[in-house]
Amino acid sequence: MIFTLAFRNLFHDRVRLTVTLVGILFSIVLVAVQLGLYLGASRMITANIDHADADLWVMPFGAKSFEDGGMLMGSRERHQALATEGVARVTPLVVRFQEWRKPAGGSTRVVVVGTDAEEGAVEPLSLTTGTWEDIKAPDSIAVDSTYLKDLGVDGIGSTAQIGNGRVKVGALTSGIRSFTQSPYVYMPLSRARSLVGAPGSDLATFHLVKVYPDQDIEKVRNNLLSRLEGAEVLTKAEFRQRSLRQWLFRTGAGVALIGGALLGILVGTVIVAQTLYSSTKDHINEFATLRALGSSSGYIHKVILTQAGLSAVIGYLLGMVLALLIVLASQSTPLPIVMTPQLAAGLFTVTVFMCAISAVSAIVKVTKIDPATVFSR
Amino acid sequence: MTKKKTEAPAAPEKNQETVLAATGIVKELGRGAGTVMALKGVDLRLVPGELTLLMGPSGSGKTTLLSILGCIMSPTEGELSIAGTNTAKLSPDELAVLRRDHIGFIFQSYNLFPTLSALENVRIALDVRGQKGYEAARRCEEVLREVGLGQRLRNFPGNLSGGEQQRVAVARAIVSSPLIVLADEPTAALDGENGNAVMELLARIAHEQDRSVLAVTHDPRTLPFADRVVRIEDGLIVGEERRPEGLDAPEITDLTKRRKAHA
Ligand SMILES: Nc1ncnc2c1ncn2[C@@H]1O[C@H](COP(=O)(O)OP(=O)(O)OP(=O)(O)O)[C@@H](O)[C@H]1O
Ligand SMILES: [Mg+2]
Repeated sequence: MIFTLAFRNLFHDRVRLTVTLVGILFSIVLVAVQLGLYLGASRMITANIDHADADLWVMPFGAKSFEDGGMLMGSRERHQALATEGVARVTPLVVRFQEWRKPAGGSTRVVVVGTDAEEGAVEPLSLTTGTWEDIKAPDSIAVDSTYLKDLGVDGIGSTAQIGNGRVKVGALTSGIRSFTQSPYVYMPLSRARSLVGAPGSDLATFHLVKVYPDQDIEKVRNNLLSRLEGAEVLTKAEFRQRSLRQWLFRTGAGVALIGGALLGILVGTVIVAQTLYSSTKDHINEFATLRALGSSSGYIHKVILTQAGLSAVIGYLLGMVLALLIVLASQSTPLPIVMTPQLAAGLFTVTVFMCAISAVSAIVKVTKIDPATVFSR
Repeated sequence: MTKKKTEAPAAPEKNQETVLAATGIVKELGRGAGTVMALKGVDLRLVPGELTLLMGPSGSGKTTLLSILGCIMSPTEGELSIAGTNTAKLSPDELAVLRRDHIGFIFQSYNLFPTLSALENVRIALDVRGQKGYEAARRCEEVLREVGLGQRLRNFPGNLSGGEQQRVAVARAIVSSPLIVLADEPTAALDGENGNAVMELLARIAHEQDRSVLAVTHDPRTLPFADRVVRIEDGLIVGEERRPEGLDAPEITDLTKRRKAHA
């Protein structure tokens, strides 16, 4: 009967139900979009770090992010790292912002990623057209198909210039977007070195260190630190964090996204609290009658909480449908929104929490019911 | 009525243990300068098997007394015991349990749940007592049939006449077999025919099911159904009449007329 009463009370006033559901829906969509954007941006920022087969990253002191490594390091660091106990492999990686000259004139900034994929460094993710062998051909590079227009090229075989060097699109990746909006251009290490003005050198932005599986990463890191002066050694997780901090928090974007999500929760809670309270007020005589009939206060609280829970479930389902449509529509935009099972579960928790909080004011209201009002109607 | 009497030969005095005893009930309502002494020391006892009418002018304290007897309000002074339990030191939730176990209520404006069907309105009275499931549903149907609503189980209050709604309320009040049924102006919103039907039901509940029924009223048409009439004026009980053994309905009506004539 608790469920029946809650259900009927909820559906009795369609207008109020609509307002409640729109409130929850609005919150869910807002929170989903904001957090989905946050997740999408995070993924974008850390995609290259996540895909590199490295336990530790050696970088010049003060390197800010994957894109902003700073000064190139010489080969001394590489040899010292190789001589460190526990180190299985050290792979150099060159990452630099460079000027891309479009064939038809004009230029744009790109991020040159020079890597020896065979040696376990960053691989261009999800190649859809062409292979790594195609990229190794003279002047060849890989770019993302979603950036072809920005780069002023048509596709495989198109040529352009990076700095003063000629490049030719030899392979395409799909869906590797860049948070900085400067497209990643993947190429072999030696070509990257010559394009950033260090042809034939051993220079590198990062050294990717792979540790023997039986070794303690933290110990190897300390060994490396004691040998390498002026370099930093970060674990994969730390480097991800640093890149995220650089792009999401130094720029304020992350704060805006999380702030927007919190605002969504707040607005949703206020709307649901308001409608639940007014519903309880409208049905206050019935609750007083229940009390006169001898119901416990817990019974009445359960009716209100069930009402809140029902709103939460219906609102969540509607909100998720809309949020998923928005996620789908965002996939071809520069900043796709990401929805994960964890985020979906998190949103459900937030919705239930929001409705439970909203029920508080209504419960306080019924707690003050004077059952004597049943006679004075 | 005559028929009812012959069907229920149980005399009022058959069972004389007190189910409700109120002594020296005083109730002050309002605060400060607006304080009203609604009850000024009321004594009342209810026994099973009787329909008692509480009559009095408007503002005399009838509803206030009913609220106190029903453990919905606590008295400022005085003692109340229900089924042998003294209510003085009970918490609101303990009072709710006492109501749940022993008292059924009927209200002037029915107080049905508009979003629940007739059957569900009765079921909720058992539900708050933790009685759920098929057995409870069957019991509710049975009681609704007893009050003549066997064909209206699925109707919502909005689709029932006033008389039918009040009969649903009666069913709700008696479904848990309470010792005491308290009714505030149960016929005030009904026309003569429907009012009589409800009063007849209340009398039957008292006589056939051996309950104590107390009905507040200022409707003289309800008099023929009473076993006992208690009169209240300005917060004090001013008189009590009882239908003498063997006397039928009209006599008590005459009785009250006699009293009015004397007054
Ligand atoms: N909340 C309150 N505050 C102050 N005085 C009140 C309050 N409720 C009732 N009263 C007063 O208490 C007295 C008794 O009221 P009560 O409702 O019991 O009368 P009643 O006999 O039921 O009248 P009626 O026949 O009109 O229903 C009245 O004088 C009324 O004005
Ligand atoms: Mg009254």
